[in-house]
Amino acid sequence: MTIDRRKFLQLTALGGGAVFASSLPGCASMGMGVASDDFYFVQLSDSHWGFNGPAVNPDARGTLPKAVAAVNALAQPPDFIMFTGDLTHTTDNPVERRKRMAEFKDIVAQLKVTTVRFMPGEHDASLDNGKAFQEFFGATHYTFDHKGVHFIVLDNVSDPAARIGDEQLGWLAQDLAAQSKDARIVVFTHRPLFDLAPQWDWATRDGAKAVEMLMPFKNVTVFYGHIHQENHHMTGHIAHHSAKSLIFPLPAPLSQPKREPVPWDAAHPYQGLGFREVEAEDKGTRFAISERPVGA
Amino acid sequence: MRMDRRVVLAAGLLALAGGAGVLAQKAPRVIKVSARRFSYTPNQIALKKGEPVTFELTTEDITMGFNVPDFGVRGDIIPGKATRVDLTPDKTGTFAFLCDIFCGDGHEGMNGTLVVT
Repeated sequence: MTIDRRKFLQLTALGGGAVFASSLPGCASMGMGVASDDFYFVQLSDSHWGFNGPAVNPDARGTLPKAVAAVNALAQPPDFIMFTGDLTHTTDNPVERRKRMAEFKDIVAQLKVTTVRFMPGEHDASLDNGKAFQEFFGATHYTFDHKGVHFIVLDNVSDPAARIGDEQLGWLAQDLAAQSKDARIVVFTHRPLFDLAPQWDWATRDGAKAVEMLMPFKNVTVFYGHIHQENHHMTGHIAHHSAKSLIFPLPAPLSQPKREPVPWDAAHPYQGLGFREVEAEDKGTRFAISERPVGA
Repeated sequence: MRMDRRVVLAAGLLALAGGAGVLAQKAPRVIKVSARRFSYTPNQIALKKGEPVTFELTTEDITMGFNVPDFGVRGDIIPGKATRVDLTPDKTGTFAFLCDIFCGDGHEGMNGTLVVT
């Protein structure tokens, strides 16, 4: 890993706008003199453990372990790791669902970082309203704080109709009521909270309500999964960043008639797959995103 | 003389109604769509711009969704009953409809197209 190869996308929620720029890092993980509150975490997403489709990933059982090894090989370990859903691929069979979750859990237990957090995707939770997920990984929505940043994990998948639901929205309102308007807030969801592409089911039916609740807060950034590719979008001053998958990429939103996985390219194996480092800068008011490949 | 007044009155009412108004008063064409994991039948439906239709939706197995995002209409399809969704297309083109209630491995491919001419 060299500084020169690190491409950073710097984004800020300060001042009502985003700054998108590639730059050299100058970041905490590189030891270049930043505030002590700066930190970084790793986002992994959409591993779909149990998926079988050689045409789109002939190494379906090897990709997640490769990602785990890649995270373990990072020069400096992240403060924590966040999995943003679709840990497993859906199955009608509740016994098989639990088997996949157990296998997934065994694999990610190899991560050296001790603080690893999970949230469900629709493949994990929509067929049983999150029951199996909760047995293995705990709550589907929760908050935590880290070095002055307030993290909110929202569940928009346990309802198969892709709703957060009034009860959870009430919980969110209560949580936000305790935050100052300049609090540094990061939200994790699986589906996009905004209508990225409803024609491809890339939306949350009541996501606009959550965004409206977050809008009064100056420093809000959302990280999500679901769409198996990077996407960067602003709703007002709130930045939304989707992550790559660990099983197969999907095409750009509405770029083709059908939402079908991008076929495996033997000349470029694992292309389009990966995980990301997210570095909090300026005490969590800005985040630098660094995309990382798997299988390299 | 009385007959003449009636003719005039009827003609006036017709004129008030106008061509588009008469069309709007027509009963919508009913299009039956059956859903099952993970397909709709039919999955390609031809519509005319300005023609009101009612989709009569049923499911052969579990609860499904029927969502046409480009026209802002949707409905839940509950087993054992017919769900009606009204639509009068106001634009031409090819538009997707899809299941927006996760129904299993294959849900992502449960969709169809409306072709409006």
